[in-house]
Amino acid sequence: MNEKPEKLIDKKGLRLDGRKPDELRPVKLEVGVIPNADGSAYIEQGKNRILAGVYGPREVHPKHLALQDRAVLKCRYHMAPFSVQERKSPAPSRREIEISKVIRESLEPSVFTEYYPRTMIDVFIEVLQADGGTRCASITAASLALADAGIPLKDLVVACAAGKADDTIVLDLMDEEDKLGKADVPVALMPSLNGITLLQMDGKLTHDEFETAVNMAIEGCKKIYPMQKEALKAKYVGIKEEAEE
Amino acid sequence: MPTFYEPKQIVTPGDLLAEGEYLAGENTYVENKVIYSSRLGLVEYDNKKVNVVALKGFYIPRIGDLVIGTVTEVGFNGWTIDINAPYKAFLRPSDVLSRPFKPQKDELSQVLNVGDLIVAKIISYDRSHDPQLTVAEPGLGKITRGQILKITPTKIPRVIGKKGSMITMIKEETGCQIILGLNGIVLITGKTLEGEQAALVAIRRIEEESHTSGLTDRITQMLKKNKPAEEENKNE
Repeated sequence: MNEKPEKLIDKKGLRLDGRKPDELRPVKLEVGVIPNADGSAYIEQGKNRILAGVYGPREVHPKHLALQDRAVLKCRYHMAPFSVQERKSPAPSRREIEISKVIRESLEPSVFTEYYPRTMIDVFIEVLQADGGTRCASITAASLALADAGIPLKDLVVACAAGKADDTIVLDLMDEEDKLGKADVPVALMPSLNGITLLQMDGKLTHDEFETAVNMAIEGCKKIYPMQKEALKAKYVGIKEEAEE
Repeated sequence: MPTFYEPKQIVTPGDLLAEGEYLAGENTYVENKVIYSSRLGLVEYDNKKVNVVALKGFYIPRIGDLVIGTVTEVGFNGWTIDINAPYKAFLRPSDVLSRPFKPQKDELSQVLNVGDLIVAKIISYDRSHDPQLTVAEPGLGKITRGQILKITPTKIPRVIGKKGSMITMIKEETGCQIILGLNGIVLITGKTLEGEQAALVAIRRIEEESHTSGLTDRITQMLKKNKPAEEENKNE
């Protein structure tokens, strides 16, 4: 596990876990997993396991943070100490604080915050197991939790990353590819409106490579989007079939 | 001028509902002249209006709404009431006492104390001000007995049914008085504990199965089936 692989892509063009360059990891989504929260969601994407809980809209504490014209969206991204190989200190790190901000900014365009002035919507994201691309999986889960809480949204937000491993552009980076690869481009998308709410890049890509990566990530998002919708409906469809028998 | 879903089909936020000559109703919004859904719910087409009936939601106050709330704080010139909404409501003493309020003489905590439940009506509320309540109308005031049930506020209309068909049926079958707070809190007061329990179970079931068809019939059946069993228990 700790040995560095020589190559990220083998001779057949397959990746370390046997995926093709444009293949997603298996995704599992579930809604309503935290009974105490107003809305919640759970995502498994490859080895990533992430919980998201939404509370609100509720009264703002401390009061001076309240906005007179819209709701405040608060986000907390946190990694459990046991989520990575080496124990992570439970205190919020620089990286976690930044990702919290990035997630908030990618969710905010989708929420009708102006409907609920002087209130606050809390989003808590807990990474139970991390395997690369947690910010994207977190956004996917958090948006689902917002919808589950019954908060009006313009659209669900889906996120997916693309990047460069060795010299190939690949979709949905896993941990090794993220660390040893040459670039990472996370993209968050509102598919129905065709709006990008998050676009980041670290590493180096040429103009053309960047464009392929973004397009590949968008395609990835569009594959996860229907799964998100299914997960939301699943609870109610199940009850409906049972009751109408 | 197409619509994209059958009536009563489940939609999620961002689903394209209709194009052209339609009007955006509840839980929908317009972008680039087409109508999208903004919540998880069931689509309804009311003439030219497209509505989404939300499956889960929270309560946002509206003037004239009947609500059930809990006293959370007794202040110098009124009570703070939790009405299960993002905003806390305020109740003034002159509304409760039905005479002018004298801060030196009247002890507010003797009238209503923390933890007391009240049935009240919202008399004022807007974007920039918290809701104000009143109890100065018949049927409003402190709750002294009965059972309290909390359901998703968006499902209160379903519990009422078409022209009140569902709620009158439950009242008749169980012999209970039921007050539906539009904030999702329901008060059931009956003569017997069994009756209250039956009404409670029925309302819980409506909440769970609100989006299915033939619900009124199923609830009636359920209540009728359980009724003889209760009477037998009484005879024993």
